[in-house]
Amino acid sequence: MLPEFGHFALITAFALAICQAVFPIYGYYTNQIGFVSTAKPLALLQGFALAVSFAILVNAFFANDFSVKYVADNSNTNLPWYFRISAVWGAHEGSLLLWALILSFWGAAVALFSRGIPDKMSSLVLSVMGMISIGFLAFMLFTSNPFLRILPFTPADGSDLNPLLQDPGLIFHPPMLYMGYVGLSVAFSFAIAALISGELNATWARWSRPWTTVAWAFLTLGIALGSWWAYYELGWGGWWFWDPVENASLIPWLMATALMHSLAVTEKRGLLRSWTLLLAIAAFSLSLLGTFLVRSGVLTSVHAFANDPERGVFILGFLILVVGGSLTLFALRASKVSETGAFGWISRESFLLFNNLVLSVMAVSVLLGTLYPLLVDSLGGGKVSVGPPFFNAVFVPMTAILVSGMAFGPLSTWGRTDDPKLFRPLIVTLLVSVTFGIFWPMLLDGYFSIPTAIGVSLASWLAIATVVDAFRRVQEYGSLSVVVTRAERGMIGMWCAHFGLAIVIFGIVMVENHSEQRDVRMGLNDVQVLGNYEVKLVSLDVVNGPNYVGDRATFEIYADEVLYQVVTPEKRRYSASGMIMTEAAIDSGITRDLYIAMGEPLGNGDWAIRLSVKPYVDWIWFGAALMGLGGFISITDKRYRRSRKGQSMQANKCLEVTT
Amino acid sequence: MKRYVVWLPLGFFIVIASFFFKSLSLDPNKQPSALIGMPIPDFQLRDLHSGRLLSVDDLPAQAYLINVWASWCITCQVEHPFLTELSKSIPIIGLNYKDQANNAITWLARWGDSYTLHIHDPDGGMGLNLGVAGAPETFVVDSEGIIRVRVQGELTQRIFDRDIAPILDLVR
Repeated sequence: MLPEFGHFALITAFALAICQAVFPIYGYYTNQIGFVSTAKPLALLQGFALAVSFAILVNAFFANDFSVKYVADNSNTNLPWYFRISAVWGAHEGSLLLWALILSFWGAAVALFSRGIPDKMSSLVLSVMGMISIGFLAFMLFTSNPFLRILPFTPADGSDLNPLLQDPGLIFHPPMLYMGYVGLSVAFSFAIAALISGELNATWARWSRPWTTVAWAFLTLGIALGSWWAYYELGWGGWWFWDPVENASLIPWLMATALMHSLAVTEKRGLLRSWTLLLAIAAFSLSLLGTFLVRSGVLTSVHAFANDPERGVFILGFLILVVGGSLTLFALRASKVSETGAFGWISRESFLLFNNLVLSVMAVSVLLGTLYPLLVDSLGGGKVSVGPPFFNAVFVPMTAILVSGMAFGPLSTWGRTDDPKLFRPLIVTLLVSVTFGIFWPMLLDGYFSIPTAIGVSLASWLAIATVVDAFRRVQEYGSLSVVVTRAERGMIGMWCAHFGLAIVIFGIVMVENHSEQRDVRMGLNDVQVLGNYEVKLVSLDVVNGPNYVGDRATFEIYADEVLYQVVTPEKRRYSASGMIMTEAAIDSGITRDLYIAMGEPLGNGDWAIRLSVKPYVDWIWFGAALMGLGGFISITDKRYRRSRKGQSMQANKCLEVTT
Repeated sequence: MKRYVVWLPLGFFIVIASFFFKSLSLDPNKQPSALIGMPIPDFQLRDLHSGRLLSVDDLPAQAYLINVWASWCITCQVEHPFLTELSKSIPIIGLNYKDQANNAITWLARWGDSYTLHIHDPDGGMGLNLGVAGAPETFVVDSEGIIRVRVQGELTQRIFDRDIAPILDLVR
């Protein structure tokens, strides 16, 4: 009975979404305040209905209700309870429900935290979010209902969750990523609302800025979690594969990063208005595109969900409606935006514009590289693949250019930077970072390496410039506590994120240029040298897990003849699906990871073993976490609370003038 | 100027969307083998056990499967029980691919032997001629010696029912 109720809650949410999309915009055009004010309660109700529906699906998994087809397909009584919960979003239908739930949460959040925004505006925003919600709920109800039953022949047990997904990283990766993807819908809805209302001044930028920053922070964390998961779970030891679906998350991230920065220009200076609108549309459209790529089956990847052309047609139609519609609206309205005001060649505006251009070129290159195989195939050119060499060749130099400019931006001033003295700290920064970059590889390996030198120079250039900027500001304000408590937290968030990026770059440069990897044949009591360590295979056992059987190797790692660590990589075979999984053993450290994975049995009890040392690899995820943290810090900025009253008065005035 | 530029994003999107529309009808998993519809290429390889020289003439005159396997291949081990079941109804030729004879023989002794003939292809030459990407792969050959279907990766009941059984009924 309960699953039917969940289905009913889903239908209710669908009906509420239709109301939420129609009533406010009808009220807006007919000037009926009664209709306009339905937006907030409807958004809250829709969120509640979806929460109920989601909770019922979670309960079906928790209670092993295999009469529900989706549960039977993706769970198993042997699955530990926490994986039964995360299995809810382990496949297409459930993850779609999570998507819709998060969208409605964002809608509810807008309804609750938009008191400073005039009702007419916030209800238009909620109306656009309602339209997006309609699309996803219809998609779910018509093609991918998670509550379908298998009756009367209910299976006694389920066919298990994909073993790749039976991992703690997967409990958090999709929700985080969706918070980011879907969070971009808020900035998108603000942009569309601004286009509909024709109020294309800077106010929409001010309102949507904190939302964009939060979405960006979630997206950053989600991507980092995914990369971390791939590193230890896929057993290849890589942390990024330029897989189409990874790219599908990177492209919106690049766009959202550009959007965050151009929103700053639009808010503070009222410039780049049409460009910012376009970025807001592009960022969310590209996250929808990611959804299309994952679920339509047009691309193969480790992430691809059930390939189903019917679903593909539905999503494509929805995509065309949303993206095509909003770009048409953009083209109609943006041509009337007259950009006033100018800025000097050397100014904060110009550096932010530079940042935007570089990030957009990066995003478009990744997009084209990802879609190129599709384009060739649909032109009848057969199957081709675009590999890491292409992406690296584009991405690495672009990142270098981006980072070079990042040091200048925060030091420059709005409008025009007349005083070149402002950039004086960068001379020292340049000297220090280049010296460090040159000597670092020599200290590390005893020889010079050009890629490392350049990469480390760039990372330290950014890190030092950020610290220098922070010091300068702290001096201006008098003390750090003043900066933290009274001054702009947005600035602290920026330092945090920029410094985080420097750490990410350092980690990437080190792991890409100084990793050591060997595939060796090892039998019992064999010893191999791995970096400064010796690795000894001391035993091979059979393990019986709750839902798998496997081989486990036990390695003793010696540092200078002293036992340092014992690790146990495994090779598992999951009983229900027959899938073979590699559980790599990783000894994490600040300066390096030791990575040991089992390959294949080679006969005579010997195994192919992959041994690697990955220097500074954890810095990648630590840096990314710092970037995400920066995002969260900056939205606690007092500016968003302090001036709310003033803002809303000002905004109401605008509305009076236009209506 | 600006009046036209603002339409560019929409144009860009329309181009991409039309490609998507086209590619929805294409199956990303399909890796067509150039050999489908072609006769099985000739070979001169030894029998895994006896070392006897084998050629196309030694292959059955009825429809059969060629299964590409190796002792180092875990998935082959996984699909083996299904092949054993299948071998009751159709002859299966084992193409032992890039493997050492003693390892292969030990493997067969351990996991069961479901092959009517064992072709030993230590250098992967025949695999190359068949366009094999890796083990396991399975080919369906009809009674005329023409290759009909190619399956990459583990052969399961589901794939057999979907891709092989309908063709087999036709060519038998």
